[in-house]
Amino acid sequence: MSEKTQLDKKAKVLLEGLLKEGELKAKDRLQIPQQQMPAQPSEERIKNNFEVATGYTEAMARVEALRCLQCVNKPCVEGCPVAIDIPAFIKAIAEARHNDAIGIIKQTSLLPSVCGRVCPQETQCMERCTLGKALKDMEKGVAIGRLERFAADLERESGKTVPPSIKPETGKKVAVIGSGPAGITFAVDVRREGHSVTLFEALHKPGGVLMYGIPEFRLPKSIVEKEIDNLEKMGVEIVPNFVIGRSRSLKSLLEEDGYSAVFIGSGAGLPKFMGIPGENLVGVFSANEYLTRANLMKAYDTERSATPISRGKRVAVFGGGNVAMDAARTAVRLGAEKVYLVYRRTEKEMPARIEEVSHAKEEGVEFLLLQNATKIIGDENDHVTGIECIRYELGEPDESGRRSPVPIGGSEFVMDVDSVIVAIGNESNPLIAATTPEIEVDKRGRILVDENNETSMRGVFAGGDIVLGAATVILAMGEGRNAAAAVNARMQSADSHK
Amino acid sequence: MNKILRKEQLSDEVWRMEIEVPHIARERKAGQFIILQVDVDFGERIPLTVADADTERGSITLVFQTVGATTHKLAELNEGDKVASVLGPLGRPSIIEKVGRVTCVGGGIGAAPLFPIVQANKAVGNHVTVVLGARNKELLIMEKDMRKTADEVIVCTDDGSHGRKGLVTEPLKELCESGTPPDGVVAIGPPIMMKFCAETTRPFEIPTTVSLNTIMIDGTGMCGGCRVTVGGETKFVCVDGPEFDGHKVDFDNMMKRNLAYKNSETRAHDSYHEAGECNLEKAARVMEKNNE
Ligand SMILES: Cc1cc2nc3c(=O)[nH]c(=O)nc-3n(C[C@H](O)[C@H](O)[C@H](O)COP(=O)(O)OP(=O)(O)OC[C@H]3O[C@@H](n4cnc5c(N)ncnc54)[C@H](O)[C@@H]3O)c2cc1C
Ligand SMILES: Cc1cc2nc3c(=O)[nH]c(=O)nc-3n(C[C@H](O)[C@H](O)[C@H](O)COP(=O)(O)OP(=O)(O)OC[C@H]3O[C@@H](n4cnc5c(N)ncnc54)[C@H](O)[C@@H]3O)c2cc1C
Ligand code: SF4
Ligand code: SF4
Ligand code: FES
Repeated sequence: MSEKTQLDKKAKVLLEGLLKEGELKAKDRLQIPQQQMPAQPSEERIKNNFEVATGYTEAMARVEALRCLQCVNKPCVEGCPVAIDIPAFIKAIAEARHNDAIGIIKQTSLLPSVCGRVCPQETQCMERCTLGKALKDMEKGVAIGRLERFAADLERESGKTVPPSIKPETGKKVAVIGSGPAGITFAVDVRREGHSVTLFEALHKPGGVLMYGIPEFRLPKSIVEKEIDNLEKMGVEIVPNFVIGRSRSLKSLLEEDGYSAVFIGSGAGLPKFMGIPGENLVGVFSANEYLTRANLMKAYDTERSATPISRGKRVAVFGGGNVAMDAARTAVRLGAEKVYLVYRRTEKEMPARIEEVSHAKEEGVEFLLLQNATKIIGDENDHVTGIECIRYELGEPDESGRRSPVPIGGSEFVMDVDSVIVAIGNESNPLIAATTPEIEVDKRGRILVDENNETSMRGVFAGGDIVLGAATVILAMGEGRNAAAAVNARMQSADSHK
Repeated sequence: MNKILRKEQLSDEVWRMEIEVPHIARERKAGQFIILQVDVDFGERIPLTVADADTERGSITLVFQTVGATTHKLAELNEGDKVASVLGPLGRPSIIEKVGRVTCVGGGIGAAPLFPIVQANKAVGNHVTVVLGARNKELLIMEKDMRKTADEVIVCTDDGSHGRKGLVTEPLKELCESGTPPDGVVAIGPPIMMKFCAETTRPFEIPTTVSLNTIMIDGTGMCGGCRVTVGGETKFVCVDGPEFDGHKVDFDNMMKRNLAYKNSETRAHDSYHEAGECNLEKAARVMEKNNE
């Protein structure tokens, strides 16, 4: 019997018992065990690209939902960047009103099947959960994201997704640059008001990082494609292979092409490198390149994909965020015998989601903590043969109270590897700012915006990673929403002044 | 959009295609390139320079050599067919200034991307000498167009089947040593040729621009796959280039990086050519030997 079937069976028994008890008291709810997320066994999943976490069954979802204490002050809602009414949707799941549940979620969140999978819940909604606090373990709080995913998947799989209704056409045109979560959210919200929306995307497939960065085994591309389908059903025009700043200037969109407003959701830009010797050797990749080959270009499918990808046997990944985990786990799936993750600080400081870290470990990725590469070594053909690393120790706490790592002199050592993937972050995408001097950016190239997400150029709004630096899907979505509200209000007041 | 309006074979392995993409035709400038795919779901994204454009027809012209899977598939398309995706124009346009005398060196397929630069240099009033090189007469392209546009054209072939026998670096050196040396040089061709052109002009301190053809994926400055070392710094060809100061480029590293996927790609090439050897590589080898 598969793990999922077993977990489901247990949940069904538990659920029946709980339902018989009638109204549950808080102390009863505290007793309910957290429902584990069923997942493909690690020894199997490293041989395929299918999703690792397979999702709650209905019984499991309802049991998990019954753990929620329905707190009156709703601390969890404060932790959610888009303030989903968490207790309300969870209650609906507990009572098997799943349609209501998804309806409540969708009032504020547009991509629940995405966020339910990739949100860093442990630092957002779940961090505040009273249940977790009562159990003295944040990870034991209500599994809000998993429930969100359950409700969203159920709706999507039923094929009964109802696209949002659209007000009568206003005849006004709005342009969106970039089809990541910020752009998608903005497009939907503006289209709902009856404005016509054109979404320009530089790549050949829309979806932004959801499509090219986050791997299939964590976020199936079919889910992203479904969201894009919905956009098209709403009448949003999607123009792929069109890069604003080159194929057309932003100014021409406003001055010649009749767009009344523009939203920039162009996301992160060039990958950062460490500036150590050997970074341009053959076999050194940025995580973006590696993941783009694997995801967007489907290079893992050697039978059909024309794009090659390196299949290193001994791979070192530099970094400690989600991107590093995704790269390391992709390398495992592409047949690496040994994958090392080299990180300067300790696991506590890793920005990656807890779930990704533990999945990576289960899949055999070896964590080399408090270490950092100082040099990449190559042979006479400039092919990578190894890396030189240095060990670190935690120094005195700085002003923020954080103990920052300091290198230990003379602790250098060499490791044999044949590929290196650098995942230490990105610069901001420079193209729009470089071709539109009216738009102000900060020192790091991030576009400056006001509380409405409007830039220094009137009628031009921006949001997501291009404003926040490397952020999250849900924050990008939140910004898209905020900008859309401002644009919609602006259009309405323009009308009433006529 | 993306319809092939005209297709023409220029030599054994070189094709010219005119494709309808009005927005690129309108926006493109000399030195810029596009990225195309023959199949959106599984196809590779490959960069090709815009060799010419016609704003009235809304079309761009590409000249490409069949070296691997994607260029072969592209060559199999016919007039009336559509190219699955075309993105552009990408990269920074060439900086064309009136400097006096300019020598433009084109090796093999490099003659195609060189042509708009020759045109633009003429347009600003420079005296333009073109040096065209190829392995043999059959592989020489664009000679007629160049003769129509440039002030002077010198042709060389490795085997002497047309024009002078020898490599493009020889006439280039003579020009540098002459009483009227170029004020600027532009060299486009196989990396090895650009490297030796830069070496030729270095002692004369003549500014030398090269157009780099690295491996690329997105072409929008997101992946970092196109990075090269220029003057000790890492640069990204798709957004910082494709043109750079030839005296500063680390060509050896770039050539090695371009061979990173050689095994998987030569397999694709060989399946099209039972004979096996890739012309680009052969040319590069001859070049290297002759310059040793
Ligand atoms: C590998 C990886 C893993 C991640 N994992 C997580 C995770 O688990 N959880 C989480 O919350 N976040 C995660 N993130 C971060 C998250 O994906 C981003 O914060 C989010 O996608 C930002 O959204 P966005 O809409 O601002 O831009 P993006 O998603 O970056 O999309 C921008 C789009 O704009 C296009 N574009 C750029 N310039 C132009 C132009 N000039 N013209 C036309 N189109 C243009 C780009 O091609 C791109 O498609 C991850 C990121 C990466 C790279
Ligand atoms: C900015 C830019 C502009 C370019 N303009 C032109 C052009 O106008 N006409 C043209 O014919 N080509 C041009 N190229 C080169 C062209 O992109 C490659 O030939 C093409 O990607 C090969 O694709 P393929 O799938 O057919 O071959 P692949 O299967 O990808 O490669 C086949 C063989 O060619 C080698 N190779 C791959 N990519 C390159 C490259 N970029 N340069 C040199 N060798 C390579 C490989 O090592 C391999 O041995 C340009 C490249 C760049 C970066
Ligand atoms: S969107 Fe993210 S933060 Fe908000 S409730 Fe869902 S998982 Fe939590
Ligand atoms: S804080 Fe936790 S227990 Fe309280 S309502 Fe939110 S999810 Fe439920
Ligand atoms: S091709 Fe990806 S950054 Fe240049």
